[in-house]
Amino acid sequence: MRRLVDRLGIPGCVRIPFRRMPSSLIQSLRLLVGLAACLGLGVAVAAPFQPADDSVVLERLPFRASDPVQRELRLLREQLAENPRNEEVALRAARSYYRLALAEGDPRYVGYAQAALGHWWNEKEPPVRLLVMRATLRQYLHDFEGALEDLGQALEREPGNGSARFQRAIIHIVRADYPKARADCENSQGLVADVMADACVATVDSFTGKAREAYERLRETLARHPAATPTQRLWVLSRIAEVAYRLGRAEEADRYFREALALGIEDNYLLATYAEFLLDEQRYKDAVTLLEGRERSDVLLVRLALAEKALGLPEAREHEQIIRARFDAARLRGDKLHLQDEARFTLYFLERPREAIALARENYQTQREPSDARMLMEAALAARDPGAAKPALDWFYSSGHEDIYIRRVAEALRRLPP
Amino acid sequence: MRRWLGILLVLVSCAASAHKPSDSYLTLKVDGARVDGQWDIALRDLDFAIGLDGNDDGAITWGELKARQGNVAAYALARLKIASGGAACPPQATGHLVDHHSDGAYAVLQFVAVCPDRIETLKVSYGLLFDVDPQHKGLLRLEAGGRTATGIFSPDKPTLELKLGEVSRLSQFVEYGEHGVWHIWIGYDHILFLLSLLLPAVLLRTRRHWEPVATFGEGFWDVFRIVTSFTVAHSVTLSLAALGVIQLPSRLVESAIAASVLLAALNNVFLLVIGRRWLVAFAFGLIHGFGFASVLADLGLPREALLLALVGFNVGVEVGQLVIVSGFLPLAYALRRTWLYQKLLLIGGSLIIAAVAASWMAERILDIKFLPF
Repeated sequence: MRRLVDRLGIPGCVRIPFRRMPSSLIQSLRLLVGLAACLGLGVAVAAPFQPADDSVVLERLPFRASDPVQRELRLLREQLAENPRNEEVALRAARSYYRLALAEGDPRYVGYAQAALGHWWNEKEPPVRLLVMRATLRQYLHDFEGALEDLGQALEREPGNGSARFQRAIIHIVRADYPKARADCENSQGLVADVMADACVATVDSFTGKAREAYERLRETLARHPAATPTQRLWVLSRIAEVAYRLGRAEEADRYFREALALGIEDNYLLATYAEFLLDEQRYKDAVTLLEGRERSDVLLVRLALAEKALGLPEAREHEQIIRARFDAARLRGDKLHLQDEARFTLYFLERPREAIALARENYQTQREPSDARMLMEAALAARDPGAAKPALDWFYSSGHEDIYIRRVAEALRRLPP
Repeated sequence: MRRWLGILLVLVSCAASAHKPSDSYLTLKVDGARVDGQWDIALRDLDFAIGLDGNDDGAITWGELKARQGNVAAYALARLKIASGGAACPPQATGHLVDHHSDGAYAVLQFVAVCPDRIETLKVSYGLLFDVDPQHKGLLRLEAGGRTATGIFSPDKPTLELKLGEVSRLSQFVEYGEHGVWHIWIGYDHILFLLSLLLPAVLLRTRRHWEPVATFGEGFWDVFRIVTSFTVAHSVTLSLAALGVIQLPSRLVESAIAASVLLAALNNVFLLVIGRRWLVAFAFGLIHGFGFASVLADLGLPREALLLALVGFNVGVEVGQLVIVSGFLPLAYALRRTWLYQKLLLIGGSLIIAAVAASWMAERILDIKFLPF
């Protein structure tokens, strides 16, 4: 599941446009396969079967083997198989796969990127550019400690590496280590595009009691750089929309969210945040419109189902089944990244506050973004158990974090008898 | 129309399968020296590793997968090592099917691995896809002797050792025994049937009156005959049904059980059969045996320990029954001369039991529910 840090990834990363264009015939066959899958979801264990006919389409691949990007990647892999120590080839393959992972939201590509780095993945001191690539992948896999270690080593050996500097700033923000984040943002001045460095500093300030001022500065920064690339604009617009959201300026937040979406770059994280905003504003119909057709992403599907439930739509029940199957699959694999969403689903969809607290608490042991704290508080409020939210409340009141939604929950919790 | 729209939407959402990291699902069923395996591997992963899309149209058909089945089996089974007691048990492919998981279509590879000796510890080494996707995981499910264990293979942990040894016969026997006891305790219909037959055991029918038996022995032998014939009868049908020799529809069986309770209870009031209640116990015991069998079927019987589980369950049922009888008999014997026992318990109790049984019968025949038990 993708979170803030995934989106904040590599600055200036070129996204590959969505290239899935199945013919209508294939699409309809695919629907039939989907029906079979749907029917199978109802029971705990689906039964293996023998398809009736050779022409039955079982699976649609994201790309054809003859797709130019795939051909080039295959070529790179063949070269790597011959000479696994070819730095240039390894880096190109890893980068291409990582871009695919971001564009398609498909974690398999991160595995392929890791495979391209081969033995450098486990080496102590790989070449700096491979080290930075490794940090990027580790960050995607939520191994923040490992990513910070790699970036620290890279910056020690090459202090002028802008990409490493910026990435580290982002990870510090996500981990709420604002002094370190600010230092890295300031030091990235002159190493990355000005618009990114300025927005980086303002973003940190927005978390440390200067949200209003930071909001104005983010807007000025964007206005000052009309030549910023679409990806850079997307990044800054997303940050502006989020700060407006936290400050409770709903109209402005909505405007910036939509401006960011209008850039036409597929971005799961942006969609998820905007959907949360719409749910908070009880604009359920808008949330359904935004998310329809994006059920492939677990994060988005949970939010879609919540909006459908609020509207009493029949699709809510079907989506409930799919979401449960996906959470089960994640649990089977030992994956814990879905816990915040599982808590959200358990609290607001299944309406089981006690179970939601257990999930939110388990999640909060490893994930400590503001949204994780908010989830724990909301579950505790629903169960009228303020003690359960203590770690999140402690963080909120000691950090000076500004967010009217979190403040509302926190104050409601404080009003409860202990 | 709206209904159809709903169904269409589900289709669309479902067809867009989720993105999740690559996993394979490996199920191993151990029976003696033999391992039956089923391995679900994502078609996307197989395509990436060995290529499946023969005509390069971006879609994998069943025909394309079939054409590559030999390669799939060779590729996958070369990356799975199964061993027991230091000896390798090479897996051999036996079948190829397809299944859907939450993120798309999977090839289902069925295989058999035979070890030289009875398997005590199974060592499984897994190396599928780790070279091309280090984020890949193998999710293992191991079934042996009615128990299930799970494990996860990853590049950091490619080998798992699983001790099967003493998932012991004894503990299995005890486990099924506990199920048997539990079932008789929560099986009110069996208890009420038995009670209906036992209530008159401490009394003798003379002309138009109930007379208390003179000695404890008299009552005891009557109870003994009834319980024994009930036990023998239901053991016979339980075994026959559990071994698959006879199968009866459960609604029929459940309705007949309710009828047996009703008749046994009414018999205490209207006196159809007096002396030979053990014959009634035997006849209806045959039906109750089918009821026990459906419980056992729900529990799932381990193939290699079928008899053990069957005997264990049966012994459990008997133990449960004995506890009930040994509570009932002394109490009934002590009260047998009283009006409380002869009128209230025997006649009133039987009528209540008959009423409950009649409701059960209605419920089961009509397939509705109105009693809370």
